[in-house]
This record gives sequence, structure tokens and C-alpha cells, in this order.
Amino acid sequence: MKPPLLWAEGLRRSFAVSGGRRLVAVDDVAVRLDRGRTLAVVGESGCGKSTLGRLLLRLYPADAGRILLDGVDIETMPNLALRRRIQVVFQDPFGSLDPRQRIRDVLTRPMRLHGLCDGSAALARAAALMERVGLSPDLLGRLPHEFSGGQRQRIAIARALSVEPDIIVCDEPVSALDVSVQAQVVNLLQDLQRDTGVALLFISHDLALVRHLAHDVAVMYAGRIVEAAPAARLFANPTHPYTRALLAAAPRTEVGARQHVPLTGEPPDPTAIPPGCRFANRCPEVRPVCREGLHPALLSVLADQFSACLFASDLAALIQPERTDTVASPTETRIAVYRRARDASAGVAP
Amino acid sequence: MSSALARVALRPERSAWWRLLTEPRSALGVLIAVVVLLAALFGPMLSSYTPESPDFLATLAPPSGMHWLGTDDLGRDVLARILYGARVSLLVGLSSVGAALLLGLPIGLVSGYAGGWTDSVLMRCMDVLLAFPGILLALGITAALGASLSNTILAIAVVNLPVLARVARGQALAVRGLDFVTAERALGFKEATILWRCVLPNTLSPILVQASVLLASSIITEAYLSFLGLGVQPPIPSWGNMLHDAVGFLDQAAWLAWFPGAAIFLTVLAFNLLGDGLRDRLDPRD
Amino acid sequence: MIRTILGRIVALIPVLFGLCVLSFTLLSMVPGDPVTAMLGLEADPTAIAALRAKYALDDPLVVRFFAWFGHVLLGDLGRSIQTGRPVTAMIGSALVPTLQLGAAAMVVSLLVAIPAGIIAAVRRNSAADLAVSLLALCGLSLPSFWLGILLILGLSISLPLLPSSGYVPFLSDPDAAFAHLVLPALTLGTAMAAATMRMTRAAMIEVLSADYIRTAKAKGLPARRVVWHHALSNAMLPVMTLVGLQFGQLLGGVVITETVFSWPGIGKLTVDAIFARDYPVVQGAILVTATLFVLINLATDLLYTVLDPRLRSAR
Repeated sequence: MKPPLLWAEGLRRSFAVSGGRRLVAVDDVAVRLDRGRTLAVVGESGCGKSTLGRLLLRLYPADAGRILLDGVDIETMPNLALRRRIQVVFQDPFGSLDPRQRIRDVLTRPMRLHGLCDGSAALARAAALMERVGLSPDLLGRLPHEFSGGQRQRIAIARALSVEPDIIVCDEPVSALDVSVQAQVVNLLQDLQRDTGVALLFISHDLALVRHLAHDVAVMYAGRIVEAAPAARLFANPTHPYTRALLAAAPRTEVGARQHVPLTGEPPDPTAIPPGCRFANRCPEVRPVCREGLHPALLSVLADQFSACLFASDLAALIQPERTDTVASPTETRIAVYRRARDASAGVAP
Repeated sequence: MSSALARVALRPERSAWWRLLTEPRSALGVLIAVVVLLAALFGPMLSSYTPESPDFLATLAPPSGMHWLGTDDLGRDVLARILYGARVSLLVGLSSVGAALLLGLPIGLVSGYAGGWTDSVLMRCMDVLLAFPGILLALGITAALGASLSNTILAIAVVNLPVLARVARGQALAVRGLDFVTAERALGFKEATILWRCVLPNTLSPILVQASVLLASSIITEAYLSFLGLGVQPPIPSWGNMLHDAVGFLDQAAWLAWFPGAAIFLTVLAFNLLGDGLRDRLDPRD
Repeated sequence: MIRTILGRIVALIPVLFGLCVLSFTLLSMVPGDPVTAMLGLEADPTAIAALRAKYALDDPLVVRFFAWFGHVLLGDLGRSIQTGRPVTAMIGSALVPTLQLGAAAMVVSLLVAIPAGIIAAVRRNSAADLAVSLLALCGLSLPSFWLGILLILGLSISLPLLPSSGYVPFLSDPDAAFAHLVLPALTLGTAMAAATMRMTRAAMIEVLSADYIRTAKAKGLPARRVVWHHALSNAMLPVMTLVGLQFGQLLGGVVITETVFSWPGIGKLTVDAIFARDYPVVQGAILVTATLFVLINLATDLLYTVLDPRLRSAR
């Protein structure tokens, strides 16, 4: 059987902090990403999702675990070969572009570095990239500060695409943008995936945002994955109390919405992690056994749904079927409206 | 300061030249500096006197139609000497700052970018140099190596080096954590390429400000060393050694003290204005 | 807190050692033989050899360095070639006039700079502000030895009001001592004043535009009280740091001023010794001056850390 495009297991990364302690950012995390699919990694800030992204990009080495790209350990891959296959889009549109490089250089330099084409052809390819992300090729001669936040993220996406990668790690790519622009960029990513078959690892703290974008979702908490499932299943049938709390926090106006208990408290101190389940001190369903022993392993609850809650199957049984007369969240409405408008005319983004 | 400065220094709103010329202070500084530069380049050719030819019939002559700024105790034309001295001052200033930049910029950038042991060792060395008050260090070096034009340039360059290295290091520290540097790494560019193409261009602005200020202090230091007799040696005319000669004749020929000093003052003022103007352009003001 | 202080002091040790190495190396690079300088080129070879042995000039450089360093640690900086006096004694007696000059210059500088800086900040963008800024810029650009010469010209030669050189110990004749102090103090104080003026202005402006000042004004406190009480105390912290640093800069500026006015301080000592090729004195003077500079900067740094409540709690 063909190995998945990206497969990682046992990933662990910690940092030394003052006082001789270690901060564990990522602990025993496994990831699977298939060609042309989108995996969303969701969690609150500080849960380690960004660190995970950087580990997968080999921006720093993992303390433990391995990462396989088409079955090949990335540690054995030469730098350029790796960089060609997995690229990144960062969160901050104002910091991720070199303020002194013109856009044409931003796009053509990676192409030339990887030997994808020579000088003259590079410019043509850069123009094509600009059009693909919805920007006019006339803007190639401009500097980054002349663009808006949304446009800069499009350029960042174009830059990632310039080396024709198999995977793009999107580290909170829309969190710093206006809500109205978020939907446009998310749609752009989806279109690009449809057109080029690129796989996306979409890191975000906003569960509602990834609902329509992701095929699979992994929920992270305090450095561990606590639930992983196909998106539809996760949203309909969350089997970890943390996922349910996240869903409760997402803005929804529902008729007859189920009651979720809002979250209080703070995640555990990453330099002094308590025994047992890390979510125990905030979990509305906590039992005494949750605080003992090791953190619960990620186990299969249903076919391809994994949960790290000891009582996942009990929770699954509690789920009511979702009512069909729900009103969509603002994000979902916006995405739908945009889709309709885009499909109605072939407009270019501002 | 460094992160705010980094954020603002990364804003290339207009080209540097436009910035220089529109800010009133730096515009004035540029104007004076250009005048001095022109005087240095072309002045000695236009003057009918040479700076070194004595005229014993006209010693200690006050300013007149013949000698616009008078003559000194050997009958040499003061104006010609001042124009020639401009060359010396600018030469020493530009060379010493240039040399310090050539060495200090890479040291600071590598130190700030690499961090760790490299940073500690390099900065300790810079600290040792900075532990001396500038003039004292320059004095010590010229005392050790002997007084001459080239040794003066060397001494002042050594004084300027750690200052520039520190500024470069600060900037490198501010820039290295920014996302676009990480992006370049993620794209596959080598660290050396990133340093040269990404970090360096984004650190130039504060370094330019510092270089301008150092130009001013270098000119003063050279003048002082020459004044003491440990810098540029006669018969090469330096504004500093002209002042040295003037001291013996203060009661008879005060103009010998006025003109060289005024020349130093105006030139230094020009570069301070430039530095101030540049710094204002970079600092965010409310 | 104690840990930070100790940490800073410990971090200084390699710098101080490097200082010693640099001082020693510089002076051993001097071309020409100090012995021939003393005895003349025609001197008797035996005498030369004896003198070289006495000063151990033929040992390798590293050995000579550690021999010298050992002496330095014990407080022995050698003896002057010219006068035979112990260098430490010479430096010690030279420090007194230097400290006098430095203190007087500080007083001049602070008296002028701080009020000017405050006025400029409070009346920002007015004619007064412009005048102060211009004045400060001119003060910075003025070569201090030129200023000294002009002061001599104006107040000593054209109008014989003050003596142009020399030093009188305070205890023997206070009036004459003061008269001799005026011109040098003015000269040295001006350069310092210029920098302090700008710093005070900048610090006051930053503090005055801070939110808590607007709050105080909104509470209805009289403007004068706002300025004097709140703003000043907060602005004084960076100014104090600058003043502390200027104590260090003093050590450089003093060299210039003392040469112009023949003030028998450590600056003049250094320069005279350079001309006389009296290398032990030069070495000792440079070493002492640089060490003082480092220690003063450290003290200022520590004082700032201790006094700034924000930095304190950050530890």
C-alpha cells in the first residue's frame, strides 16, 4: 500500500527555559496527511500547534519521533529537496515578506534557487502565480508595504507555490486579517488545492473557520493531540470534552442548540505538567481516574475517529443528532455568500 | 528600542536620498557637507597660494585683500591651508569610518545573527575596546605606533569599530527573529545568503545614522590629535595642527585661532545635522 | 537582585583583563628602544645591557606581561623613567586636580542643561525649544579645545579677567584656585551640557506625553505640580543614567581640557608622558583611566537597575 504523503509519529519537542526547566511544547504527536487533502490542527494559543508546524518543516529538530515524506525520513533528505516539497505560509502578513524585496524577486528567487527555470521564464511563471492567487501581474514591481494584509497573504501563498510543493503548512494564515478578508483567503486555498492538488496542513485556533476547509481535523491541547477525526464527524460527534468546549465557544446561533459548559481556567504549566490527563483541571466530565497515571493515549473510538479521553465512548453515546434547522455562523454565511458571488462572475480579488 | 526601531527601519517608504533632502535639518547638513566637500576637492586648485610655501615678508598678516584669511607665522596663506586641511579632515573622517564599517559591520551582523559563543566572544572583544574613552584609545594607539596620517586613520578606525559593531549586532538581533527570515530559511536559502540579502539591507538605516555621527566625532578626534602633535604631522596642514600653531600667537594673531576652529565646527555641525535628521526620519514620532 | 549585581561584576573580569592585555600590548609595540631613548644612541654597551636586564626587556612578551600584571594586581605600576617616582603616586596626585575639574564641570553642565532641557520639553516646538536644540547641537559640534582657546582669547587675553593656565590647590588660596578653575570648567562643562540638554529634553517629552500624565492633568492637578512632581521624577531616571555615563566621558574630555589649560591632572600627565616617552607612566595612566571608566559605567548601570522599579520586578 502506498505510504501517506506525510506521516509523523512520536514527535516531541521541548525548550530550555530559565531556571533549568524544560518547556514541553509538543509531546507524542502523530500526524497523517494524504495527497490533495487538508488537515486542520486546531487548539488554543500555547497548545503547541505552531511548534508542530515548524517541526514538520524541519525548522528545528525534534527531540524524539520521526517524520516521513512519502515514506522517506526527512532527516535524511538534503535541504533543498525537502524545501521543494513542503512550504509554509506564516501568520503575520506584515512580517513574513522582506520589506526590501520587490514581489517579482520574492517569487522568482525561490524558483531560481531550486533550478525550476531560468531567468526569463521565471518572470512569466511569477506573473502566472500572481494571477492564480488573484492579483494582477502588473504589481510585480511593487514593494510589500504597498499591499494590504490580505494581498500580502496572497503573495505569501504565491511564494509558497513558486517551488511547486506537495504540502503547504499554513500557520494561522488568516488570524491576522480582517474577518471579511479571511473568507477570501480560505477560499483561495481551497481553489488552489482543487487546481494543483497540493495538500494543506492548516493550523488555526478557530474551529469554525476550518469547518468547510478541512477534510480531517486534529485537536491539540497542551502539546498533545486529544482528538482526531474527519471534519464532518468531529463537528457532528465530538468525543473529547475539550473539542466539545471549543465547539461551544465557537459563535453559533442555533435553534435548540445543545448545552455546552463554557471553559474556565488555564491550561497546565508546560514546564510542570501534572500526571494524568492534561485537561483534567478544566474538564466538566472529569473523574478521579483522569488525574492518575499517564496522559490517556489516542485511541480509536469509531472507525477513523480517535480520542484521548478515557470516556470517549460514553460521550459518543450521549451525542444527539444535530437539528437541521440551525442557523449558520457568521463565518459560514460569509463563505457561502462569497462562493455564490465568485461563481456568478469571474471577478479578480481587490 | 530595538524592536520598534527594527519595525520602522523596515519601512522603506521613500528612497534614502529623498528622505535626506526633505528633512530640514539633514538638508542643511547635506548642504554644508557638500560645500566642505567642494572646498576640499577644488579649493586648493583655485587658490593662488600653496599651503606650504612660506613668505617671510608677510608673516602674521591679518586678513586683507591679498590674503583673505591672513597669514601665519611663516607667511603661509591661511585660506589655502584651511582648504587643504579640509581634504585631510575629510580623508581621515571618511577613511576611519569606512574602515570601521568594513570590519565592524560583518562582526556585528554575524555576532547578532549567530548568537551563542560567537556572540559572547566577539562582544567581549568589543567591550574591551569600548572600555577606553575614545580619545584615550586613539592617543594610546598613536603613541604606540608613532604619529602619522595613516596611524591616525588607523587609531580612529579602531575607536569607531566597536561602536558600529554594536549597532549592527543590535539590528541583527532585532531582524533575525522576524518571519521573513524564517521564510527564507524555509524556502531553502543558505544562512550566508540570508545574512547578505535579507538581514544586511534591513539593518542599514540605523548604521547610517551612527556612521554619520561617528564621522563628526572622527573629525574632532583627528583635529585633537593633530593639535597635540600626535596626529597629522607638519608640513601637512590639518585644522588641528593649525590650531596648535595658533596657540603661541594668540595675543598677536587671533585670526589664526578663529578660522581653523570655525572650519572644524562647521564641518562637524554638518555631519551632526545629517545624523540627527536621519535619526528623526527613522524614529516614529507621535 | 544580588545575583544580577554579582553577575555583572563577574562579567567585567574578562573585560578588565583584556584591558590590561591591551594596555600592555599597545605600549610594547612602541618602535624604538626605551633604553636608547634614555641613555642615547652612543651609550656604553655594558650600561645598555645592564639597564635592559634591570627592566627585563629581553624576556619574551608573555613573561613580561605576567610579570607586569602581577605587579599591577599588587598595586605596583612601576616607576617613571623620567623622575623615578612610583607611577601610582604620580597618578594619585594627578587625580586630585582632575576630580576637581570634573566636579566643577559636572556642576556647570547640570546647572545649565537640566533647566534648559525641561523648558524645551515643556514648551515644545516653541522658540525656546528651537533655541535650546540649536544650542545643544552647536555645543556638541564645538571642538572643546577650540572653545578653550577662544575662552582664553576672550576672558584671559582680550579682557584679562581670568588666568589662562595653571592650577592652585584649593586649600592654599581658594580665590585663586577658583579663578583658575573657571575657564577649564566652562570648557569641559559645555560639551557635557550639550549632551545632557538633549537627553533631558527627550526624556521629559517622552514622559510628558505618557498616558499617566494626561490622567493627572485630567484629574485637575495644576500643571506645574504635574510637571514638577510626576514628570520630573520619571524623566530623571534616564537623565541620571546619562550623567553617570558622562562621569565616564569626563575621563576622555579631561585629557583635552587639561592640555589646553596646563591643568596638572591625569590627562596632562598622560600626554606629557607620551611626549617624554615615559612608558610606565603612560601605561599606568591609561590603565587606571580605563578601569575607572569601566567601573563608573558599571556603577551607573547597577544604580539604574536598582532604581528602576520596572527592571527590579522583572528579575
